[in-house]
Order: sequence, then structure tokens, then C-alpha cells
Amino acid sequence: MTRVSLLLSALFEPGWNSSEPVLTAVVIGGGAAVVSGVVGVLTVMRGQSFAGHALADVSSAGGAAAFLLGLNPLLGFLLMGVIAAAGMESFAAHRIRERDLATGVVLGAGLGLSALLLYLDVTSKSTTGAAITVMFGSMFAMPPSVVPLALAVGGSALLAIALLYRPLLLSSLDPALARVRGVPVRLIGLCHLLVVAFAVALSAVTVGAILSTALLIGPAAAALRIAGRPGGAMLLAAVIGVAATWGGILIAYDSYDWTGGHGWPVSFCIVTIIFLAYLAAGCPARGKVRAAARPGKAGVQAAGRG
Amino acid sequence: MRGESEVLAVQRLSVSLSGRRILDEVDFALHGGEFCGLIGANGSGKTTLLRTILGFVTPTSGRVVIDGGHRLAQIGYVPQKIVLDPAIPMRTRDLVGLGLDGHRLGLPLARRARRRLVDAMLEAVGATSFAEQRVGELSGGEQQRALIAHALIRRPRLLLLDEPLANLDIKSIATTVSLLRRLALEYRMTVLLSTHDMNPLLPAMDRIVYLANGRAATGRTEDVVRGEVLSRLFGEHVDVIRVHGRILVIAAGAGNGASADLERHPDHVVQVP
Repeated sequence: MTRVSLLLSALFEPGWNSSEPVLTAVVIGGGAAVVSGVVGVLTVMRGQSFAGHALADVSSAGGAAAFLLGLNPLLGFLLMGVIAAAGMESFAAHRIRERDLATGVVLGAGLGLSALLLYLDVTSKSTTGAAITVMFGSMFAMPPSVVPLALAVGGSALLAIALLYRPLLLSSLDPALARVRGVPVRLIGLCHLLVVAFAVALSAVTVGAILSTALLIGPAAAALRIAGRPGGAMLLAAVIGVAATWGGILIAYDSYDWTGGHGWPVSFCIVTIIFLAYLAAGCPARGKVRAAARPGKAGVQAAGRG
Repeated sequence: MRGESEVLAVQRLSVSLSGRRILDEVDFALHGGEFCGLIGANGSGKTTLLRTILGFVTPTSGRVVIDGGHRLAQIGYVPQKIVLDPAIPMRTRDLVGLGLDGHRLGLPLARRARRRLVDAMLEAVGATSFAEQRVGELSGGEQQRALIAHALIRRPRLLLLDEPLANLDIKSIATTVSLLRRLALEYRMTVLLSTHDMNPLLPAMDRIVYLANGRAATGRTEDVVRGEVLSRLFGEHVDVIRVHGRILVIAAGAGNGASADLERHPDHVVQVP
């Protein structure tokens, strides 16, 4: 045995390749990370991180309901997220402050519903696992039956972003400019929220409703620190998200051995990697790199304007 | 003959917003290639007039007619400024490109023809040197150029600018006015530009729409900026004085209520107590 294969066999514990739960986790987790990365860049650019977080949290009510009724959990997360998105958009006016208020109101109502449904889950099924599963995910306990719906949800989210790419960018630059170009700004905003609901529903089945914010915002924020273009940031965010997800799955799987059979939650491992990626993206003294990339003017102007 | 045709007709336009009358029977027309200043103090209804022309505000009575039918296809619009986080990776070049096809569905294809159009537009407004810089990092004058390029790339027949000279230093004001004058001639385009000080526009504008108290005095600059016309508009006696190529309007303290009107006057109006 060479040193490399020794290292590999230490890294990938036996059974890694053949385990069906791991395979499902890799496929759905990877897909969710791609969609969340792409959608997340637009969400951060539009300044709607709070709306993204609220949609994720509110979708937990759907997850809890699906658990109670024995339905596909993804379907539950998805339906509740879509309802919340529509609610937020119909309450919201154009002003940012009012938008945040509408988001907060829907978030509160949704979490209240979630509390009720989770309580019913716990009492009727006499299991305490429901709350943990819905809120923090259970990557290795996903039924393979989730896969087809997950692919459909992820595929349509990516398709919508590709279709609405330019109107979305223009309306996030300035709504008035977009209106003058004939873009239906309200409709585009609603479409964006719906796509965010799709993305967070997908990550809710993997890392849980509460932590899907991390998958939506973290990789996007890290990518926006590095990339020079919106498209590049989307690609990079997807890569960071997938790397974190797969890395997290690997560490969590391996951790069964270090911890004597309990293992660490996958969600914890994934979110930790994302957080580290965000810190690393900010490290190489961003200002200096930028100034060097733009010779001459940039530094002088910055000084002049300061 | 296209140059002389009527591009914009504002016909007895009245607008009320939440019960308050903002515009009262405003009536004027602009022809091809005309450069028109929309002058008035803050709160005189300049922005409301521009937004009504754009179709964002529904008039209470009267109407706006844009030659050539479809409103938005004929109009380029430059907002006062846009607020964008410098951390957002949107370059000047991207902003101008979105002026061309930002309303289209689907991913943008890196066509060579599109790039040539964007490059030419950047060059025309003198934005080539900061084409790759992020929009959020531009100075006021640079952002103004980028927004003008965004508005012009589809060659509209009418360009509306909302206070483009506010927040600019004196040098940028002069270069922006001469840039707009040059572009208006080059593209045979009608320009309607709002400002609270008419003096920087004097060398460029051939028509004026002067707003006060919701009403408008309109016509050629020398016909409108006269004592009796502005006195009627302001509802108090004013004198117009031309010194060193600048215009000063002197409001000679009409006594009752004059001080309340002070802040409702544009910048070139001097209040004598």
C-alpha cells in the first residue's frame, strides 16, 4: 500500500461508497448546495438575507406538518415556504423598512405554527426526534424517495434564475431603472422570493430549516468577497457550498469512529466549514488586493473622497 | 423633418398626491433635439412631473403624449443617484450593458456586437477609464456618466434627468452639462433636465419649464426668465438681473409671507429683506 492510499483509507471510512444513506446525502446535499449558492448570491445582492432566513424558518412549519401526516418532508418545507413568500410579498410595500416589517410578521406567525405542529409531532408520535430533524436536519436519515422531487425543485429553481437573470440584476441595482426598462419589478421580486423558498426547502431537508440560512447566505457572502462578477460569484458560491456539504458529510461519517458510535451532526460540520470559508475569503487584506488590481486611480480617488 | 417634430407634449397636466395638488395645468411641448431645463425649488413638483412623464404617476387630469407611441421605448431616464454597496460586483460596464438588454429573459450571451455597443457608449460619455470599476466605488460625476450611458445605449428620442447636477462639484457640473449638450446634438435627442439652479444650464438650454406653486412658465429661456413672467409665477414681485453671464432673481421682500416663501425658491433667487 502506498502512502496515498493509506491516507485515503483513513479519510474515507469503510462503507463510505456503498452506503445508500450516504449516497442520498451526497446527491441531495450537493444539489441543495448548488441551488442555494446560486440563489444566495442574488439574495445577498438584493439585500434580502433576512427574508431568506425568515423563509427558511417558516418552512419548518411545513416540515413539521409533513412529519405529522407522514408526507414527503421536502413537500412540506416547499409548500410552507411558498405560502410564506407569497404572504411576505403581499404584505410588503416598496420601502425597505416596511419590507422588513412584513418579513418579521410572517416569520413570527410561521414559527408559532411551527411550535404547535412540532408539539403535536412530539406528543402524538411520542418521539423527540421530530424537532431536531425538522430544525437541524438529519442528512443520513433521508428517504431515497426524496430524490426525484428534490431534483425537480432544484432544477426549476436554477431554470428560473437563468431565465430572470438580467431583470433580477437590473431591479436589484435600482428599481426605478428597471421599471423604465419595462421590467415588472414587483413580479420579479415575488419570483425571486419563490425561488428562495425553493432553495431553502431543499436545504431544509438536508441541514434543517434553521441552518439552511447558512447554506443560502454563507457561501454567497464568501464568494462575493472574492469574485469580480455576479456570474462568477454564483459559480464560486455553488463550489464552496458543495465542497462544504460534501466535506461536512465526510467528517460526520468519519466522526462515528472518533466518538465511539455517536458521531457529530452533519449540519454542524457543514456549517462550520462554511463559516471558515467566509473567514478565509475575507483574509487576504481585501482592500490591498483591489487597489493593486486597479492601478493608479483607485487609491487616489479613495483618498480624495474620504 | 424628424428633428422638428414634437417629441413630448404635456397637455394641461394636473397631479394630486394624497390630496395635495402638486401640478396645476402644466402645459408645454418639446421638439426633436431641444435642450430643456426643468427649473424649480425643492418640492416644486419637478420629480413628480418627471415620474408622470415616465408613467409612474397617474395624472388627475390632462395627459402626456410621447411621439412614436410606446412610452418607455422612447425614453431614457437618469435617476439622481443609485445607492450600491461597493462590495457588490457590478461594474460600470455591466450597468451600461443592462441598459441595453436588462429587461430580456435568459442568460446574457457574450456577443461581440453587444460588447462593441457597450464600448462605444462608454467612450461616448468618457467612461472608458472606469469601465471595469465597480459602480458602488464611483465618484458622483463618474456615476452620473455611467447612468447617462445606461440610459442612452438604446438611443431614446427623449432623455429625462432628475437633478443630475446635485451633489456634483463645480467642475463636474460644467463637464456634465457640456457632455449632455454634445450628446443631444449628436443623437438628435430631446433632453429634459431638472435642477434647482438654472445658471449652469444657461449656455446649453434653449427652452425652460419653470415650476413654482405647482404652476409652470414655459418657453424660450429669454422669454420666461423675465421680471413680469416670474413675478406672476411666484405671486410676488421679483426682478431678474443678468450679471457676468449669470442670472440672479431678486425677490424684494413683499412683506407678508415673504419669509415663508424663502425656502421655496430655487438657488438663483436672492431674497432681499
